[in-house]
Amino acid sequence: MKILVCISNVPDTTSKINFTGDNKEFDKNGVQFVINPWDEYALTRAIELKEAKGGSVTVLNVGEADAEPNIRKALAIGADDAIRVNAHPKDAFFVAQQIAAIAKENNYDMILMGKESIDYNGFQVHNMVGEMLGIPSVTPAFKLDMVDDSTARLEREIEGGKEVVEVKLPFVASAQQPMSEPRIPNMRGIMTARTKPLAVKEPVGAEVKAEYVGYSKPEKKGGVKMIDPENAGELITLLRNEAKVL
Amino acid sequence: MSVLVFVEGLNGEIKKSSLEAASYGSQVAQQLGTTATAVAIGEVHEDALAKLGEQGISKVLYDADDRLKQFVADAYVKVIAKAAQQESAKVLVFSNSNIGAAVGSKLAVRLNGSLATNVTTLPKTEGGSFVVTRGVFSGKAFADVALTSDVKIIAVKKNSFEVSSNGGANATVEKLSADLADADFAAAPKETVMQDTDGGVLLPEAEIVVSGGRGLKGPENWHLVEDLAKALGAATACSKPVSDLDWRPHHEHVGQTGITVSPNLYIAIGISGAIQHLAGVNSSKVIVVINKDPEAPFFKAADYGIVGDAFDVVPKLIEAARALDK
Repeated sequence: MKILVCISNVPDTTSKINFTGDNKEFDKNGVQFVINPWDEYALTRAIELKEAKGGSVTVLNVGEADAEPNIRKALAIGADDAIRVNAHPKDAFFVAQQIAAIAKENNYDMILMGKESIDYNGFQVHNMVGEMLGIPSVTPAFKLDMVDDSTARLEREIEGGKEVVEVKLPFVASAQQPMSEPRIPNMRGIMTARTKPLAVKEPVGAEVKAEYVGYSKPEKKGGVKMIDPENAGELITLLRNEAKVL
Repeated sequence: MSVLVFVEGLNGEIKKSSLEAASYGSQVAQQLGTTATAVAIGEVHEDALAKLGEQGISKVLYDADDRLKQFVADAYVKVIAKAAQQESAKVLVFSNSNIGAAVGSKLAVRLNGSLATNVTTLPKTEGGSFVVTRGVFSGKAFADVALTSDVKIIAVKKNSFEVSSNGGANATVEKLSADLADADFAAAPKETVMQDTDGGVLLPEAEIVVSGGRGLKGPENWHLVEDLAKALGAATACSKPVSDLDWRPHHEHVGQTGITVSPNLYIAIGISGAIQHLAGVNSSKVIVVINKDPEAPFFKAADYGIVGDAFDVVPKLIEAARALDK
């Protein structure tokens, strides 16, 4: 089974988010980058399936050279090889086009990724890739198993419940917890990752459809009003009469 | 040209998040000097559809194909694409739900359109541009995005837009048939299991959320969260450690790697307020924090705070909430 796992390189969840250049650009200064946590669920599940059924796991990143440490980390966790499409990921449509182009060349049995990236929160790329390739996209899935060699069974979240879906290979799925337990690379993994193949490809020409023109941050709160714990019921009165939310 | 809004039904009624999308869509239509049409799929009562007039919708296209009762992306896309073509729609509006964002993404490819999800503002349309603001960095920031294609697709973030009810007469309801084939249902779900909310409120749609953290010491104490939620008509939620410990199901986990909520009122009990948790809740309109540690970082993000033991404080809140006249 050939599995493609798409990862993005994102600011660590503890990062403080700032902007530079008249609020037109994200300030990378002092920010630690990690594999998008949602993508890690997809990556680990792909490796588990490979360990159980055989096959290969390729990781794909659409990004610039500074993403390579995290691509190597994915190889250290257990992916076999990697592809980096050398381009700034301008918008979801652009990224989806790169993934679809790589997928068309390689006939993967499944294409997995996180349900969204924690920086741009699009929840778009997986469905776009499915549509571009004309194959089903099952999102957001929290369980993925093989029924037989050609059929997968997934459970996906819907508002207020879940759906069980069976699809024939090939398909696209996006992952969320608890699909798998993300792994930490061990020393052997880190050593072997250095020599695993990492191919760099140029992007296919694609127009940008959503252009990011500026950023802002949420307004700061006015300060907290403390209530005496002995008189806690007072809170409910304030919520009704002052905040007017009850 | 017109604005087309996709509305989702639940138990025959239209979801609140879809009423928000309809209100949004009709305001965009006003801005652009056109009308707003809605498209509905599956099981929705016809009088509920006609009542979309209150949100400013003039016409509703309705595909009542029985097979559409459950969500099948390819079939839904076909129906909405047909409605878009029939109406020459240039702006398509969805709720930013798992269904709305999925269908919107596929339509962006099929209609060669520009897509923005998680949108929090009406478009700015001066000088022929079309710029919307969307939530990014998991609630830590907003981005202004210019949608440059001829067709614009917007998924509106839940609870960030008021449901308007100043519209006019009932909308006219027309049947729509997209001639669906069996192949459109190839990825249909085999089974749908709805959560038993015990008459309670679903978290993604909730206007009030009561959330518990490790400070509650164990799942056996969750009646405190549940009773307060019930008294306030709220949904229940939890922090990441609580779902990691399996005290509560994963779909209740609010935060950067869980779900993001933006209710009118968020009450956090025994949650210290790690930056990842704040990211999931900081667009809530009013935040209440109850924690016995006065140094808990969550107090900095709160509107109201109580320093005290949840086991003393919460029963008092439940009592006061039950005494409110509804």
